[in-house]
Amino acid sequence: MNDIILLPVLIPFIVGVILILFKKNIQLQRFVSGLTSLSLVFVSIYMVYLIYQDGIMTVELGNWQAPFGIILVGDLFASIMVTLASIVAVACLFFAFQTLHPDREKYYFYPFYFFLLTGVNGSFLTGDMFNLFVFFEVMLLSSFVLIVMGRTKYQLRESFKYVVISIFGSMFFVIAIALLYSVTGTLNFAHLAERIGEVEQTGVLTVIAILFLIVFGIKGALVPLHFWLPNSYFGPPTAVAALLGGLLTKVGVYSIMRTYTLIFTHNQDFTLNIILILAGLTMFIGVIGAVSKFDFKKILAIHIISQVGYMIMGLGIFTQMAIAGAIYIIAHNMIVKTALFLYCGATEKVTGTTDLKKMSGLLKTHPQLGWLFFIAAISLAGIPPLSGFFAKFALVLGGLDAGNYFIVFVSLVVGLLTLFSMVKIFMYVFWGSPSLTPEQAKERKVGKLLLPGIPLIIISFLMGILAEPLFILLFEAADQMLDPSIYINSVLKE
Amino acid sequence: MKTNYLMLHTITRIVSFIILSFSIFLFFAGHNNPGGGFIGGLMTAAALLLLYVSFDIKKIKKVIPFDYSTIIAWGLLIAIGTGLYSMLFGYPYLTQFFEYYTVPIFGEIGLKTALPFDLGIYLVVVAVALLSILTIAEDDT
Repeated sequence: MNDIILLPVLIPFIVGVILILFKKNIQLQRFVSGLTSLSLVFVSIYMVYLIYQDGIMTVELGNWQAPFGIILVGDLFASIMVTLASIVAVACLFFAFQTLHPDREKYYFYPFYFFLLTGVNGSFLTGDMFNLFVFFEVMLLSSFVLIVMGRTKYQLRESFKYVVISIFGSMFFVIAIALLYSVTGTLNFAHLAERIGEVEQTGVLTVIAILFLIVFGIKGALVPLHFWLPNSYFGPPTAVAALLGGLLTKVGVYSIMRTYTLIFTHNQDFTLNIILILAGLTMFIGVIGAVSKFDFKKILAIHIISQVGYMIMGLGIFTQMAIAGAIYIIAHNMIVKTALFLYCGATEKVTGTTDLKKMSGLLKTHPQLGWLFFIAAISLAGIPPLSGFFAKFALVLGGLDAGNYFIVFVSLVVGLLTLFSMVKIFMYVFWGSPSLTPEQAKERKVGKLLLPGIPLIIISFLMGILAEPLFILLFEAADQMLDPSIYINSVLKE
Repeated sequence: MKTNYLMLHTITRIVSFIILSFSIFLFFAGHNNPGGGFIGGLMTAAALLLLYVSFDIKKIKKVIPFDYSTIIAWGLLIAIGTGLYSMLFGYPYLTQFFEYYTVPIFGEIGLKTALPFDLGIYLVVVAVALLSILTIAEDDT
């Protein structure tokens, strides 16, 4: 039964490979990939259920025992992340069916889509540092292909920067892994967690911890390592931008949370303070960037940065409430941000631009699009009863309990500015006199384009309504993270 | 003036053959000794590349009419399949099985399920190396 945690890694890998063989037959590719991504959602939800019932699951690949072999570990946090990734992937895939240029589909879009998922799910489920690196590379290489596909001049220029910064990050990653290995003599997460307490020179470990923070910070777009993100997500088609925005930065955040709750717990006064400072900066600078822009897609891309700040803030406070809140806001953000991106894509399809100043009055010509976007936008800004409210509520509550008043203050201000930038989009795009002539409006229907986003809106709504049972699950996940001995025991079986 | 590549062609015919056979030796030597799918694959790719360079791309394409991207897919499938095989018997993914046999001529040899895995890697490496180099070369013409 434990083999089920292999499936989220294996299924997309095998399907991606098979799809290479059918590169000419786009209809078949669409059918298979749609079916696969849906089945991934069911598998991962079942996985969460099993792990909630029976505790952490492990698979020892190649039948090699835990500290020596490669292992996959599924705890609640990891399996929740896998579930969210699958949901985001389904929505983006069905949006891609309708919007992607056929040329892109022919050039292995679907295989790389699934390789990306392999990398993402693998990073969530892996149980040792080196395989985290390997899955990061799988994910990054696929993202390079997806981000540059289409070959416009802008895309090539911006993705070149993205590639360089990513490779730079990977280089640091290997160095950090080598240092960690030289100090502790192991790379298995559970084994590391055990040995870190026995290391006498904690100074070196703090340096290594910060090195890992830099590595994951580049991937997760923490200020001051965020500068590559807005432009490189602006270039590719919306389906790809939504997918990358929904998944890649969250993998960075996941890795920070995993390593800082499990491994680097030795000098928390120092490391958690640094994380809190970074969280505050990331939130604030991200939202200021979003407020200053006048482009639909760019505002959303920059908002990713500010939301990453919230997630890291939960880690920095480091109480059960705050960690649960951090997982909740990751979930909320992946769902809602993807929905917003998809509606941004629909708007672009209708108006032919993403510049806010060139469009207006869409509420009169396309009311469904307007209201669906409105729900997603106020959910992001944190209006009850939608999911954004409970995410921030848990974080603020956790922060106040722990006495971190300043970061709570910053997060509330940032929430206000988020609302402001969302309202700005809504006013420019949907209010005012219609920029399209009635004939154009009739011609440019959005009907089916709205469908992939609707399940996401419903999930956001349900997450708000069912916040209490959901938090029971998240508290369990947070307990697993705050008590490394549970993880160590289930991996090393002592 | 037409250049005469007689020397190059003659030597290539012999040398590429030597490299090919050595690459196959390396492929089988793998696992416990230096060698294996990756190194064997790279060396095979080097031999084929020598053919491409000394004759020309169109001519060799007639001799080796495979689509390299499908070879990549098949190689990956073989490698993944080897891992799945052990799951059929209730062992974890990628578990290796091996058995020693005595065969006439070769004497005692070890048969391992890592061999098909290596074969998969071999195909992927050959195809990736050639595909990327040929794509760049074709861009030029």
